Amino acid sequence: MIYNVLQYLEQSAEKYPDKTALKDEYGEVTYAGLVSDARKIGSYITGVIKGETNKPVAVLIDRNLLSVTAFFGVVYSGNFYVPIDMSMPAERIDTIMGTLSPVMVIDCRQGAGNDDGIRVESILEKKEVDDAALSAIRIAMIDEDPLYAIFTSGSTGVPKGVLVSHRSVIDLLCAFDEAFSFDEETVFCNQAPFDFDVSVKDIYNSIYCGGSIVIAPKKLFMSPKLLVDFLGANNVNTLIWAVSALRIISDFKAVESASMIPKLKNVMFSGEVMPVKSLNYWKEKFPGTRFVNLYGPTEITCNCTYYVIDRDFAPEDKIPVGKPFKNSRVLLLNENLKPVTERGKEGEICVSGRCLALGYWNNHEKTAESFPAYPGVSEYPVRIYRTGDLGYYDENMDIVFTSRRDHQIKHMGHRIELGEIETALNSILFLTVSVCIYDETHEKIVCYYQSENECKKEIVAELGKKLPKYMWPNVYIKKDKLPLNKNGKIDRVMLKKEWMENNG
Amino acid sequence: MDKLKAILEDLRPDVDFDKEENLVDGNILDSFDIITLVAKISEEMGVEIGVDELIPENFNSLKAMEKLLEKHIG
Repeated sequence: MIYNVLQYLEQSAEKYPDKTALKDEYGEVTYAGLVSDARKIGSYITGVIKGETNKPVAVLIDRNLLSVTAFFGVVYSGNFYVPIDMSMPAERIDTIMGTLSPVMVIDCRQGAGNDDGIRVESILEKKEVDDAALSAIRIAMIDEDPLYAIFTSGSTGVPKGVLVSHRSVIDLLCAFDEAFSFDEETVFCNQAPFDFDVSVKDIYNSIYCGGSIVIAPKKLFMSPKLLVDFLGANNVNTLIWAVSALRIISDFKAVESASMIPKLKNVMFSGEVMPVKSLNYWKEKFPGTRFVNLYGPTEITCNCTYYVIDRDFAPEDKIPVGKPFKNSRVLLLNENLKPVTERGKEGEICVSGRCLALGYWNNHEKTAESFPAYPGVSEYPVRIYRTGDLGYYDENMDIVFTSRRDHQIKHMGHRIELGEIETALNSILFLTVSVCIYDETHEKIVCYYQSENECKKEIVAELGKKLPKYMWPNVYIKKDKLPLNKNGKIDRVMLKKEWMENNG
Repeated sequence: MDKLKAILEDLRPDVDFDKEENLVDGNILDSFDIITLVAKISEEMGVEIGVDELIPENFNSLKAMEKLLEKHIG
């Protein structure tokens, strides 16, 4: 019985001990080596924290295989890992660490010092494996135990830690296997940073099928040609990437012919709406490749629906997010949380099943709000996740995403609550008040602010201390007075209308 | 070339482009900055930077970018 993701890792290590499991720009590790290293790390952790389990261990990540090794090490110790990107502003890291209170911090960054946590290399150098402790931990675990937490933007300014269990990831892997049947020849190229749940699919699908992961260096994403060469040279055949990353290649027309990535079999994308123009570029260059639109927020463990591209789309068409994966139930609910079944009628995309996250770490209020009981069933408890995404059924009963019901946006592949940006802006003393809108057409966050003087440079300097760069507004507009609506709130609708009229 | 500097300062008001010489290799500019920059240069200066020119060496400093543009304008 599979109740722990490590069983997949161990099965693959038994079948393919000498096969490369992970490769980065600094080196590579075999399946046998990965298991051995992860067990050392697990033994070290459990020794230090005296056998405690189901506690958060922060992993300071880099784009390297040691980060993934450390993740598995944490899992061996019976705890869950929380990837942390230290290039975020210190204030945001402090907020996350404050919410989390990790029992240990493991630093996997290349060339970092000893100040922020225990170095992963120093654990691997000295530590022996405590077989007895690791077996005892394994036997005591159940599949509802948390596996990882990933922090995501929160509308009140405090990031939320989405806590995902082993069973949700096991469910995801079985569903992906049914839908796509990856085999041991699969070579995934990891694009998504490890603090994004898109990377969860690379890591776990690969250990499930006994494939390999090649971690692409970050710098390649500014050089589309070099990126394409890299994929070809590494025999990559499967991309599970953010739309924004695939667009770097298509928008710059970096592919001359399919022979540049000769083995490419699967291109799967998610994170935001794929423009048809970009998809058509990829399809034209790689006619033999399977393209799949994947949909779902972190709270339902990566994806709950998928659509295999099986027809041509015109530039004005919307690519459906498709139908649910096996064992995920996806409902469109109206404002009264009653199912919408008619084609073409809009409803909120709500999900139930084993794919649902356990909740938000140490945040019962937000958990209750986003994961309510489904009122359609009163005799026993059914939990749903309200995605906040609106969609409708098309003529084939495929779901098509339309928009958000709140102020969450998708910008350059990042999920952002405009409220989090506004909270940061409104903490800046020299701003009287400010508000943000999103221009989907030009992919710009527009900040309207009220203050004595023009102060873009000063605002950016302040935001740099609080928010990661992808959350900074792209345009700043000073107003003597921001317009109010009839409820006395800043009128975003009017500001957005004004912006679109001037910039449409 | 003043135009280039203006575009850069608008894109990243937090960066001192007169000083920095390791913009890409030092992870100061990321891939999205470069892509936005290339689009702006095309839009506002009418220069189309080719996909082969998108390499870190051409974007590590203001000087390197000026040199790249000179090839197109000059």
